Amino acid sequence: MDKPTEILVIDDELVIIDAVVKACSLENYSIDFAINLKTGLEKISKKYYSIIICDIMMPDGDGFQVLNELQTKKIDGALIMMTGYSTVENAVNSLRDGATDFIPKPFTVDELLSSIYRANKYHQIITRQKLYSKDSNKVDLFYVECPTKYYRLGHSSWLLEESDGTVLIGICDIFLKTIDKIMEIEFLEPEDELAQGFNCFTIKSNSERIHKIHSPVSGRIIEVNQNLKLVSNLIEKDPYFEGWVYRVIPHDLGYEIKNLTPCSSDRTQVNTH
Amino acid sequence: MFKKIGLKLISFVAITSLLIIGVFAYFNVKSQSNSLISEVERHANQLSETVISSTRYDMMLNQRDRLQKIINSIGTQPQIRDVRVINKIGEIIYSSDTANIHKMVDKRAESCYACHAEDKPLEQISITERTRIFRIHPDSNRVIGIISPIYNDQSCWQAECHAHPEDQKVLGVLDVSISLAEVDKEIITGEWQVVIFACVSILALGLLISFFVRRWVSNPVNELLNATQQISQGNLNYLIADLGDDEIGKLGDSFNNMTKKLSEARMQLFQSDKLASLGRLAAGVAHEINNPLTGVLTYSSYLLKRSKNNPEFQEDLKVIVRETLRSREIVKSLLDFARQSVPKKRNADINEIIDKAISVVEKQFSINKITILKQSENNLSKIAVDENQIQQVFINLFVNASDAINKEGGIVTITTKQTSLSPLGVVQIKKASCSKRHSLIDNEFKINGLPSLKVKVVSGDNEGIIHLDPVYGKHSNYFALNFPIDKNTKFVCPECSVSIVKSNDNCPRCGSPILNFEVNGQGIYEVCSAENSNWEKWDFVDSTGSKEYIEIKISDTGCGIDKEDIPRIFEPFYSTKGQKGTGLGLAVIWGIIDNHNGTINVESEVGIGTTFIIRLPLDQQKRN
Repeated sequence: MDKPTEILVIDDELVIIDAVVKACSLENYSIDFAINLKTGLEKISKKYYSIIICDIMMPDGDGFQVLNELQTKKIDGALIMMTGYSTVENAVNSLRDGATDFIPKPFTVDELLSSIYRANKYHQIITRQKLYSKDSNKVDLFYVECPTKYYRLGHSSWLLEESDGTVLIGICDIFLKTIDKIMEIEFLEPEDELAQGFNCFTIKSNSERIHKIHSPVSGRIIEVNQNLKLVSNLIEKDPYFEGWVYRVIPHDLGYEIKNLTPCSSDRTQVNTH
Repeated sequence: MFKKIGLKLISFVAITSLLIIGVFAYFNVKSQSNSLISEVERHANQLSETVISSTRYDMMLNQRDRLQKIINSIGTQPQIRDVRVINKIGEIIYSSDTANIHKMVDKRAESCYACHAEDKPLEQISITERTRIFRIHPDSNRVIGIISPIYNDQSCWQAECHAHPEDQKVLGVLDVSISLAEVDKEIITGEWQVVIFACVSILALGLLISFFVRRWVSNPVNELLNATQQISQGNLNYLIADLGDDEIGKLGDSFNNMTKKLSEARMQLFQSDKLASLGRLAAGVAHEINNPLTGVLTYSSYLLKRSKNNPEFQEDLKVIVRETLRSREIVKSLLDFARQSVPKKRNADINEIIDKAISVVEKQFSINKITILKQSENNLSKIAVDENQIQQVFINLFVNASDAINKEGGIVTITTKQTSLSPLGVVQIKKASCSKRHSLIDNEFKINGLPSLKVKVVSGDNEGIIHLDPVYGKHSNYFALNFPIDKNTKFVCPECSVSIVKSNDNCPRCGSPILNFEVNGQGIYEVCSAENSNWEKWDFVDSTGSKEYIEIKISDTGCGIDKEDIPRIFEPFYSTKGQKGTGLGLAVIWGIIDNHNGTINVESEVGIGTTFIIRLPLDQQKRN
């Protein structure tokens, strides 16, 4: 096996740190911790961690400072924000600003491990892609980026505005690449309400992991893509077009779309690489 | 002392009446005494004439003794003080007071002054000039004296005695003095009468005015003052008793009204504050409890993963994990409460929800002697609703019904049925925007309790806002413009002034411009811009045709709702129950029904009862 993934957890609550440490001990991770933001930032500057799990609100600062630190020092570790329900909007914003994922507290060990698993995979893909793109220009080899008119929430879900005022939402290809083969998808029903940043559907992968997908928008589901149930692997084959998941009437798209990342910005970024 | 309005008024009225009555009394007394004096004067003059003419014969005969006797006998009359005859050289030749006879009279004395003012005696002088009023000495009564000249006459110089030469015109004077004691007494009596009258009338006026001032001004003003003090001390329940129907009464009414409004506003503030702090508390608790809960959840789920070989532990740990997950949902719902929860809809049977709601209030109903009649249509379609929320709606409505029914008891009737309704008059436009996506919904201006559509109207230099009924097919539009709409009038978005008139098309009924609104995700709503036109078109809704609804009617035989209250009952914090209610019940109901795209209406008659009609669309899918 590879050398264990280095993880840093930053939280002001020891019980959380302990819990994360215990959970990580179940899998092949090497874990370090910091009891406040200051020590956390010091550790980041001294050592490279491929995954950082950070509480979004701490007495001496917030997770955005860690994000800042990573970006200014061009450290490409994955950052998972831990957030209370009251700060989900902050967490959504942190995804726009470059965090990899967030996980709402309280979480189960399974939820945490799934998130770490995906972050680890994501990190691997990005690192490999960077290595690869130095040699060739085939940037799309590892995953398919979302189309230009789309908006995405972090690297998990996407949103497309339709001309009739509804939006389609679906799942990003890179998210699918970070999970193993999909075994089962648990959908919500039409008329169910979505809230931005909250769970909108659940994927069970063949490694028995459960992945919860954050909704990119608040609104009411009016249609669930029935083809997903009929055609197996549709979502993996064509995640951006035929593999859409819900059609939703958004509650306040104008406001919430500001928290999302326009996919067109990815293209320009990639091209400059 | 003069700080009281009543006293001020009374003293002002007293001083004014004192002045008026005083001036009146003065002139009255004066004219009375004048007329009395002139009466006495006339009387004295007449007496003098009588004396002169009755003594004339004796004078002719030069019978001086008889003359003296006559004068004496006249002088004995009680009121006559003195009768004297004075000759031209000023000697008293006859007098009723014999001691004065042959005394000389000083010509400069008062009695002579009238005629002798210019040293030579006048011959003809008027009666007033011949009269004088004087006092013998300061303490004595007033006396009126009248001098009558005795003129020469042919018979005088032709008489045998030849006492008087022919060229003499005035032979002497008769001086009669009459005491004015009686007259003065009468005058004083008169003066007193006037003074007493004045005093009594001022007193009576004062009392009368003070009585009415107290009744109409002081008491109401004091009551108002008392009320303001009560209000300022925070007693907003203080109501002023009926102060009559004059201006002060109206002031009292409007004061009461103001107090009521104030108390409502305070209540609202209190309620919203309470809710806000409750929300903050909930959010705070949820936030604080998250971390320990995370500990419990991660440790228990960790143990669960670790103890796969130990089925005994597994079972117990599963319970811990499950219950902790439940706590997580509770925390989440607490936070949802803090920021208005969204309904979690599942297909459910409305009749079952109603039965559950009834079971909650059954006990209260039986205590209040309320009978429940349920007339439900069987085989109702299942409908996607948030069961908990809808159940809360029914419970709230049942509790309202129970509150409305008095102690004698009553009946609550619940009817459910499935019905098909045309979209006209039912569908509400909840979102509308201009072509630049500015919202045209005016939450401040409501028509029949629903936020209206706003359109800015520009005509030359005039600008105004018109409000359109958001309910499709109702046309309760509100045009309050102070200028006419003409051909050049523009209808624009109030925010960006982009025109919302449909180009190249006019109203098929009246030819006026058509306004079109983009209804978020529901096509275009078109409406005629003329005030009285009832043309409108909404293809999106029209194409769906009639919709299936589940209709629930809840009627009570309670006290009913006043007509004026009906438009406001769904407003938050509007309560007709006074201190008893929060005023949130119906607002919450309205919010829930609205979240389910349903409608709620109320029909009520005071004294007969109230019916709430809820319609929930079966097919909530808004797209074709």
